[in-house]
Amino acid sequence: MSLDLLVSHYNYWVVIFLMMVGFYILISRGNLIKKIVGLNVFQTSVFMLYISMGKVSGGTPPILLPGEEGVLYSNPLPHVLILTAIVVGIATTSVGLALAVRIKEAYGTIEEDEINAIDARTEAAE
Amino acid sequence: MSAHLPILQVVVPLLAAPLCLFLKRGRVAWGLAVLASWAALAIALALLGQVMQEGVLSYAIGDWLPPIGIEYRVDIVNAWVLVIVSGIGAVVSPYAMTSVEREVEAERIPLFYAAYLLCLCGLLGITITGDVFNVFVFLEISSLSAYALIALGRHRRALTSAFRYLIMGSVGATFIVIGIGLLYVMTGSLNMADLAQLLPEVWDSRTVKVAYGFLTVGFCLKLALFPLHLWLPNAYTFAPSAVTAFMASTATKVAVYMLLRFFLTIFGAPFSFDVMALDRVLLPLALVAIASMSLVAIFQVNVKRLLAYSSVAQIGYMILGVSFATVTGLTATLLHLFNHALMKGALFMAMGCVMYRIGSVHISAMAGLGRRMPWTMAAFVAGGLSLVGVPLTVGFVSKWYLILGALERGWWPVAILVLLTSLLALVYIWRVVEAAYFRDFPGDEATREAPWTLLGPTWALVALNLYFGIDAGRTVGIARQAAEVLMAGISP
Amino acid sequence: MTTLLLLSLAVPVAGAVFIVLLRRNPNAREAASLVTAGALFAIVLRIYQAVSGGARPEVTLAEPLPGIRIALEAEPLGVLFALIASFLWIVTTAYSIGYMRGHHEKNQTRFYLFFAFAIASVMGVAFAGNLFTLFAFYEVLSLATFPLVTHAGTDAAKRAGRVYLGILFSTSVVFQLLGIIWVYAVAGTVDFEPGGILRGHVGAGLVPILLALFVFGIGKAAVMPFHRWLPAAMVAPTPVSALLHAVAVVKAGVFSVLKVTVYIFGFDFVAETGASVWLMWAAAATIILGSLVAFTKDNLKARLAYSTVSQLSYVVLGAMLANSLGVIGSGMHIAMHAFGKITLFFCAGAIMVAAHKSEVSQLNGLGRRMPVTFAAFLIGTLSIVGLPPTGGAWSKWFLGVGSVEAGQIGLVAVLMLSSLLSLAYLLEIPLRGFFGKEEAGGEGAHGETHGDAKAHADAHAHHGAPRWSVAAITVTAAACIALFVYPEPFYRLMTMVAGQ
Repeated sequence: MSLDLLVSHYNYWVVIFLMMVGFYILISRGNLIKKIVGLNVFQTSVFMLYISMGKVSGGTPPILLPGEEGVLYSNPLPHVLILTAIVVGIATTSVGLALAVRIKEAYGTIEEDEINAIDARTEAAE
Repeated sequence: MSAHLPILQVVVPLLAAPLCLFLKRGRVAWGLAVLASWAALAIALALLGQVMQEGVLSYAIGDWLPPIGIEYRVDIVNAWVLVIVSGIGAVVSPYAMTSVEREVEAERIPLFYAAYLLCLCGLLGITITGDVFNVFVFLEISSLSAYALIALGRHRRALTSAFRYLIMGSVGATFIVIGIGLLYVMTGSLNMADLAQLLPEVWDSRTVKVAYGFLTVGFCLKLALFPLHLWLPNAYTFAPSAVTAFMASTATKVAVYMLLRFFLTIFGAPFSFDVMALDRVLLPLALVAIASMSLVAIFQVNVKRLLAYSSVAQIGYMILGVSFATVTGLTATLLHLFNHALMKGALFMAMGCVMYRIGSVHISAMAGLGRRMPWTMAAFVAGGLSLVGVPLTVGFVSKWYLILGALERGWWPVAILVLLTSLLALVYIWRVVEAAYFRDFPGDEATREAPWTLLGPTWALVALNLYFGIDAGRTVGIARQAAEVLMAGISP
Repeated sequence: MTTLLLLSLAVPVAGAVFIVLLRRNPNAREAASLVTAGALFAIVLRIYQAVSGGARPEVTLAEPLPGIRIALEAEPLGVLFALIASFLWIVTTAYSIGYMRGHHEKNQTRFYLFFAFAIASVMGVAFAGNLFTLFAFYEVLSLATFPLVTHAGTDAAKRAGRVYLGILFSTSVVFQLLGIIWVYAVAGTVDFEPGGILRGHVGAGLVPILLALFVFGIGKAAVMPFHRWLPAAMVAPTPVSALLHAVAVVKAGVFSVLKVTVYIFGFDFVAETGASVWLMWAAAATIILGSLVAFTKDNLKARLAYSTVSQLSYVVLGAMLANSLGVIGSGMHIAMHAFGKITLFFCAGAIMVAAHKSEVSQLNGLGRRMPVTFAAFLIGTLSIVGLPPTGGAWSKWFLGVGSVEAGQIGLVAVLMLSSLLSLAYLLEIPLRGFFGKEEAGGEGAHGETHGDAKAHADAHAHHGAPRWSVAAITVTAAACIALFVYPEPFYRLMTMVAGQ
């Protein structure tokens, strides 16, 4: 793999790095808040993917001015899409955090292994 | 009016949802939810009728023409799924009144119906839209409200189940967005019909194949294909009864629809089966899902969890139909979408009746209920027979086409496996039946049959199980037509 | 004519409704049962007249799947089966009244109710116009008889019920259903047609596999190794064992095998492809093994059950011979064995009610107190063995000649051997009854098994069997002899089947 390819696709490397970091946190951490953080990082990497691919080299912001025909614009659509995705991401995070709060109230902990231990105990007692 | 049916399909529940929040009284919110659900069903039926008469309907939102604007595109495939989803909504929502009052705190009941309507709206939206990014948006609407609905269960494990579902569901949805993004990179379009035209030119690119991979994983997470099903059993077990009945009959079905729509309509059957070998990927997964999850179901002591594992196995049957890569196989899949919704809906609703009276759905709690709650248990038996696939029930119809599909491909070991696993279904249903009819009732003498507000909707589904088992001509006709449409793809 | 077909299903169901409505008044309830049974027989008789005149009435009830109908059609083989089942229902109902009251059984309404449902599904099996209808009613029959098998409600009954339903369901779902769908996949139809529907659609290699799917998939035919449900079902009350597990259910099985062989495969086609040769020997093995196991059983009902297993394979064997004589013998044996075996079961039940004896070794000398019962048992034995002057002689004759014609001399030896075996294990019972020395205090051995019934033992023991039951026994035993003199109706129906 040439250095050229590495450099010209640097946005993809950033995306992949973020994605892996987020995914790793999601899987490896037992703390529910950390899991949500991991999920956020994971989702953010996708936002980066979309936004970076809308960029056209040398393009200007997509604002139409009179008399400026034939100007190269960056693609605005991915931005719009990702605006929606960000909203969705915030909603997911808030539902997740709300659940974490309720879990803390119900179990007294937000550590996954402790919750599992409590569940196993109560199930055995039933 | 009739020209705007596609948008009304989504807008009616979407607008009814926030209204529920303003209605302080649970019963009023319930009334609105029922009304909206029945309106949705009426619209879906009208759409199905229109599609069968006039062919594909295309609706440009805000008059922005496709492929630039968002298009709602109704063909016989999604009209069929719309009817399934809204039909289940129309049956479960009347049932919810009594069941939810027992299982959810009073001040949260309007919130419950708001979340339910949003979930319904999301599922209908995924199904009706002709825009791939729109799919993602509706997917998240339905998923987020589903997490909230599941968390409303009384047991605290409902919270952890909802959290786990949230994590796995979000990962799945994100995978789907990645896939959609990569498709957009390659084609510059988000419109399904447009994508179907543009994609064949770039079949060879690795990006398209990577997108396909991301989408596969995302869909399989959402539809709970073994081994990505881990979120499902607990979520179904601890959710309120009405939610379980609704979700089990709709959410995974819509995910199967998404898979069919993306892989057969957008990518096209030739790409999926010849280039990506989707059939060979899905076949082993489906077989393992059917066999292993049926076996796991046998050893469950909580009947809702038992049925949940059975659902994972049944999803295996649907995916098995896809893996045949034939019209007959897809017919079986599309039939089973409908038929499984009917039987699992009936079974979970019967369990809701038990929950209402006994407060538990443990197998040990079923003891002697055959005499105490004869109608409830009879509904369970009827639903169970349908699940097993006894003739004259809908389960038999699905099984018939599935086996026919297997034999058409010459895969008779698969046919035998399908038949053997339906015996496993008989075993796990039988465990409940034996408890209900052959053990003595240990509990309170005052225990009575469930109220008719619960039994009515339950038996309505049971009746449909029998009706469409005896007269399956119409459903088979629609499913076959839809299968042909899917296999043919969109013609230029 | 089609109304008659519909009535043959509707009458037992209507009878069931009346049985439930009249549950508070046992006399009226039993009267309803008897009237229903009589009406059903009259209807079947009318259908018989029409069919033997060449008519083939048919009616379609529904079309669940495109091209797959729920249809009824009366043809000679089905009429033969329906005649036997509906006639013996009358007799059994009369017998049940004596037995159930004499034995003080609980839940008698449920008993008569499901009995009526079982008969309705038997009619459905008999008149099924295609494989799908046959399969549907076959499964309904399994379900309808389940509450009868587990009637006692004890743990033993529950275990037996599990074996019963387990084997019947698993064989039918895994093998039979696969066979049906396979037939549909290759032939595009599942309708019964004279001469079969498979010729020209399947290669010679597939025929033996398909045929085996049906022979073993029809678990009710009790071909070994799928026979275990039959002895298990013996926990049921004796009238159930008599009508269902000597006649209706088991005959539904062998009838289905015969019907599939004749109307789906076409016996000429089977013979040409040689598909059935190894199945003949599977049936022959069941005949011999069943007889040998029957020898080892001291319990009277268990011995009769294994005798049934063995005798059922005669019918299967006749079908597998795949020539017209074999088919005639096969169909005749459905009839002859039905009358013979029901007599034997009736006697076993009468002995149980009157003397509370269930083991063969306890029967010494009992014949002198119950002469009618034991004489009837002797006649039944002769018919099962196939000796004149009983109807069983005819079916054995045709089966033997059919084996010769098929070139299977070995099978003739099998038939001879099994006749000798069945003579030995069945004749022991009347011999003990008439010539054995009655032992003193024979009550002890079974006192525990009957629990509270023991209290009534003395009241009944010396009064012989209930009057209703004795009447029923006399009728069936007389029929065994009458069928030797006048086998005409069954013979004519079977020649119509065999001659196409």
